[in-house]
Amino acid sequence: MKKITFTLMLLLGFLYSGAQGYQPGGKATDFELTNVDGNTVSLGSMSDAKGYIVVFTCNSCPYSVAYEDRIIALHNQYAPKGYPVVAINSNDSLVQVRDSFSAMKQRAIEKQFGFPYLLDTDQKYANIYGATRTPHVFVLNRENNDLVVKYIGAIDNNFEFPESATEHYVSEAVEALLRGKEIITNATKAIGCSIKRKKQ
Amino acid sequence: MKTNLLFAAILLSVLQFCLPVNSRAQTNEVATIGFDDFLPLLSKTNDTLYVINFWATWCAPCVEELPHFEVANKHYKNRKLKILLVSLDFKGAKDSRLLPFLQKHDIQCEVLHLYEPDANQWISRVDSTWTGAIPATLFYRNTQRLFTEGSLTSQSLNQYINSFLNP
Repeated sequence: MKKITFTLMLLLGFLYSGAQGYQPGGKATDFELTNVDGNTVSLGSMSDAKGYIVVFTCNSCPYSVAYEDRIIALHNQYAPKGYPVVAINSNDSLVQVRDSFSAMKQRAIEKQFGFPYLLDTDQKYANIYGATRTPHVFVLNRENNDLVVKYIGAIDNNFEFPESATEHYVSEAVEALLRGKEIITNATKAIGCSIKRKKQ
Repeated sequence: MKTNLLFAAILLSVLQFCLPVNSRAQTNEVATIGFDDFLPLLSKTNDTLYVINFWATWCAPCVEELPHFEVANKHYKNRKLKILLVSLDFKGAKDSRLLPFLQKHDIQCEVLHLYEPDANQWISRVDSTWTGAIPATLFYRNTQRLFTEGSLTSQSLNQYINSFLNP
């Protein structure tokens, strides 16, 4: 009995840690989500892109806030080279009111986001991609008619002090793609705010 | 004689230090440590059940579940159970947010401030299934381990604890 209970607990713990999502090398799905400007955006609608830096982020998480200027810088640096940022907020606004659609609009204006900031109602794409925290980055590459996942994880290795970061995972991944080289680090873990899921 | 007196004085002052201090006098003593110093706390082998909760003051669901740990800390005080609240607050937030938070909510569980920015290097060493989202809680006693990512209710926390203490 002891053993069974413990196994059950383990299993519960495992199920709870849940979200499987994508692995590097896998194929990603496109989406159609509402942007802060009211338009619907899909990856396919940005047809001249070679790939995308998809960032699951939000307004309220201190990690997202700490990385906001770095997300803007990534877009400014890599959109002209074919890898724009696409930001997605999957947080449920009833759980975190600071991540409501109107708050997103406001933040996008304040910070003059040059990239789409999309609302992922019901965490649909956070679940499909396997995004569990904010910010959580997926670098995608267009290969023939597919979107291939090339990197999953953190932006760099120092959330609080950008100047102290010694690994710049996302830039290194995109640079490698631009040069046709292999990505050395294709997955990293980071501390972050859990994505605020709709309460059942 | 003089030496004896001196010895007694030293002993007294040492004892004073060891006496249980009421409330959160330890607030100012929350240690900030790196992962290398933290790691040994994940593999003690002394029959005690360790409940190690990863949280931060900025994490709403973490703050929501803290009272459950405080209640369990009191409830199981006569059992071999040790609750450790590991704060992952920013370095710049220790004095401005973490310490005032502990004071305000009169947190009695032991608190550590783990500060190791290069999280990719250590998250998997806590548990291979951990994505890095918090709250997350590790339960272990000797070699028996259980890791959960996500919020705990008071009921699930007690269930987990009991699965170790009263299997």
